[in-house]
Amino acid sequence: MQEFAGIFNYLVVVVLMMIGFYITIANRNLVKKLIGLNIFQASVFILFISMGYVHDATAPIVADGHTAYSSPLPHVLILTAIVVGISTTAVGLALVIRIYKSYGSIEEDEIIEKMEEVE
Amino acid sequence: MITGHLPILLLIMPLLAAPLCVLLHRDILSWFLALLVFLGVFAGAWALLGSVLEIEVWRYTIGAWESPWGIELYVDSLNAFVLVIVASIGAASLLFARQSVASEIAADRTYLFYSALLLNLTGLIGVILTGDAFNLFVFIEISSLSGYALISLGRKRLALYAAYRYLILGTVGATFILIGVGLLYVVTGTLNLQDIGVRIADVSADRTLATAICFLLIGLSMKLALFPLHVWLPAAYSAAPSVVSVFLAGTTTKVFIYVLIRYVFDIFGLDTIRGILPLGDILVLLSMLAILYGSWMAIVRSSIKSILAYSSVAQIGYMVLGIGLFTRTGLTASILHMFNHALIKSALFMAAACLIYRLGTDRLEDLRNSSGCMPWTRAAFVLGGFSLIGVPGTVGFLSKWYLLQATIESGNWPALAVMIIGSLMAVVYFWKIVEAFYFRQPAQDTGEKMTEAPLMMLAPLWLLILANIYFGIDTDLTLDSITLAVSSLAGL
Repeated sequence: MQEFAGIFNYLVVVVLMMIGFYITIANRNLVKKLIGLNIFQASVFILFISMGYVHDATAPIVADGHTAYSSPLPHVLILTAIVVGISTTAVGLALVIRIYKSYGSIEEDEIIEKMEEVE
Repeated sequence: MITGHLPILLLIMPLLAAPLCVLLHRDILSWFLALLVFLGVFAGAWALLGSVLEIEVWRYTIGAWESPWGIELYVDSLNAFVLVIVASIGAASLLFARQSVASEIAADRTYLFYSALLLNLTGLIGVILTGDAFNLFVFIEISSLSGYALISLGRKRLALYAAYRYLILGTVGATFILIGVGLLYVVTGTLNLQDIGVRIADVSADRTLATAICFLLIGLSMKLALFPLHVWLPAAYSAAPSVVSVFLAGTTTKVFIYVLIRYVFDIFGLDTIRGILPLGDILVLLSMLAILYGSWMAIVRSSIKSILAYSSVAQIGYMVLGIGLFTRTGLTASILHMFNHALIKSALFMAAACLIYRLGTDRLEDLRNSSGCMPWTRAAFVLGGFSLIGVPGTVGFLSKWYLLQATIESGNWPALAVMIIGSLMAVVYFWKIVEAFYFRQPAQDTGEKMTEAPLMMLAPLWLLILANIYFGIDTDLTLDSITLAVSSLAGL
């Protein structure tokens, strides 16, 4: 049971990662692809946060009565990575809006069809 | 005093200039500011290479926090040389940019274009100079995000879809790199690249390390467009605004090939890699496929930018082939080809941009109907093409020569055969363009004479073409820095 608790977070990470990655690859809808990408990235955030966690440890501020401290570094990294993720989503959604305006669709199949007409 | 802070200055200049460009707002002013910064980075990069050739390694600690606790910029002859490639191509494209951009992008938006270009440069310089694994990821994303925006500004609506696809694949690649960095942190407890390199020797080859290395390598392959992860590249390069194609084709993929070299030879070391997976064989196989596939697709395409983009996929194959051989000569050939290919491809994309500027098209069909005009642009294109094929006296010959030597040295005959077939295929697709240029009678005489491209575009184009010939004859500068770079990498 103890062992299971230790790897529970990582199991969640793997499941989320596969769900997100599958949506990104397999879905033909441009907005849903971005949603998949977000789930994929969120799983990586959880991976980083889990690795910084130490059982029974506190925040890394030296104080009496504490000997074990969690590593704050992964959490700080993930704050940055979240910002990067949001920027990516914003650029992606802006592109989807422009695509919708010029192709009249956000379904990949229809866009490719219309592209061949022009080319 | 200020020369002591040269590495960080190279990063800060374009980063500060990007918002300044937005504030300036005027089309001509923003171009001028961007030009100044690109020229400044160009000068700084050569100065940095000069000083690194003397002192070998320059570790710049940001805020004077000692590494591995603080974040450092790590400069040796390898990345100083890559920085020179990026800075030179950047300066040439900015000189070239003004009129081409004005003709392809709405006048009230050009300041945003230059701002994004400056951010892209910031990201690339950051990727090259940083000595920190996580900063590497952040800089990759800075250059990529601005790259998506730049590509989406292309004239055709294909550009939007190409940028979107690049965004999806690029982000997946960058996230793979992030996972790799995280797992590396788990096994080594540090993010400083050199420190990882030291501590990785004590890590027994366990599954976490293997997973970390695989994620990193796949993420990087995606970013450097190694076959079969290249699918974003052709559409993105051919649909992007002409200046963006010139700049990205000469810089982005080279920078990621540099990161691959840094990780494989410097950080992980060949012994660690060999214990985990047969990376050399995989890279050689994939690069052979890349050469054949890229050249074949270039043969069947019918517009110049698209041909050049697929040819880039093939040329990336040549660079990765040199890495995959895991020999000194191979690595030398690979780094040399990074420099040479940047010169070749940017010059060719510039010639294509000149054609688009005057004729409004780069389709071979339409070029046939206008043969006889723009002799200088066409001549430049032909010279660049000679270099691409590898005619003696051009830089393309040098890199092919070194790569041939490397394959013979390691007795890799299939790779040798593929290289020769690839060069012959390059003759075929290049001949298609030459034929459209010179050997077709004009279908109908429109009566109006097409003028040559403006001097501001022709001058940088010919500058790069002359550099193609100059560095093909005088090899001291390039080979000296590359030899030093290769000998500083461990494990060879």
